[in-house]
Amino acid sequence: MFEAVAFYLFAFLTIAMFFIVVTTSQALFALSALAAGMIFISAFFFILGADFLGAVQIIVYTGAVMALYAFGMMFFDTTRDVKEKQGNKYIIVGLSTLAAVLVVVIFAMPMVSGNIVALYPGIDGVGNTQEIGLVLFTKYLIPFELAAIMLLVAMVAGIVLAGKKMDLSITLMNEAEIEEEKNKKVLS
Amino acid sequence: MMEIGLNHYLVLSTILFAIGLVGVMRRKNLLLLFFATEILLNAVNVAFAAISHYYGDLTGQMFAFFVIAIAASEVAVGLGLLIVWYKRHGSIDLDALTTMKG
Repeated sequence: MFEAVAFYLFAFLTIAMFFIVVTTSQALFALSALAAGMIFISAFFFILGADFLGAVQIIVYTGAVMALYAFGMMFFDTTRDVKEKQGNKYIIVGLSTLAAVLVVVIFAMPMVSGNIVALYPGIDGVGNTQEIGLVLFTKYLIPFELAAIMLLVAMVAGIVLAGKKMDLSITLMNEAEIEEEKNKKVLS
Repeated sequence: MMEIGLNHYLVLSTILFAIGLVGVMRRKNLLLLFFATEILLNAVNVAFAAISHYYGDLTGQMFAFFVIAIAASEVAVGLGLLIVWYKRHGSIDLDALTTMKG
């Protein structure tokens, strides 16, 4: 009973938030709605008993990814309205629904055929976080290390791409120097 | 009230995925396209966690973790590229990217 109420409440809230994200014409509204939707998604993880995943969802998505987007948006002109693609609405909605149903069918195929076997069943007597640690550092150790390397590469790429000319300060330069900088290409 | 089963979560995941796909198809601003891809990744994460719970298998949660890691690195690189593009062209609309038109 309690679970059902929580599920329907958070399902409604999540769908409403993500609907705002794809329909609003203000980039800031989209950002706030997306952050709220991420938090509501973590509620599903807590309902499903995946406590660690829920905490990671809040920390990584709402704490890191949305903060990164918020900082990134300071570089862009987000005050004007967003232009939309003018297309056939029915085709867009139809194609989206078709593709989404296809994804669920792909997920459901092993269950329909009935040959699903729990490879790493939960261990009795330990919490979710401990189970995650046991599986992650035994069976999934190599993917875990590869993910670490990938995050390092992404960090270096982000610094290299976004950090160009960050050492220059327009307030400390005189007019001639600013003009000179403007004439140079941004990517050299 | 009936019991919440795996099907409920899969239907929710479908709805969220459809919303994300609508966003991908109708948005022109690259930043909002990124938001739509985040919705897609989250929809799949819900499905992974639900299947992991109802089959008593931790593999689903593991894959959800790797999806989150990939999303984080995608944002870092993608935003860096967007900033460089914005500095050069002053706009992050998809129209500005059609430079190879014949």
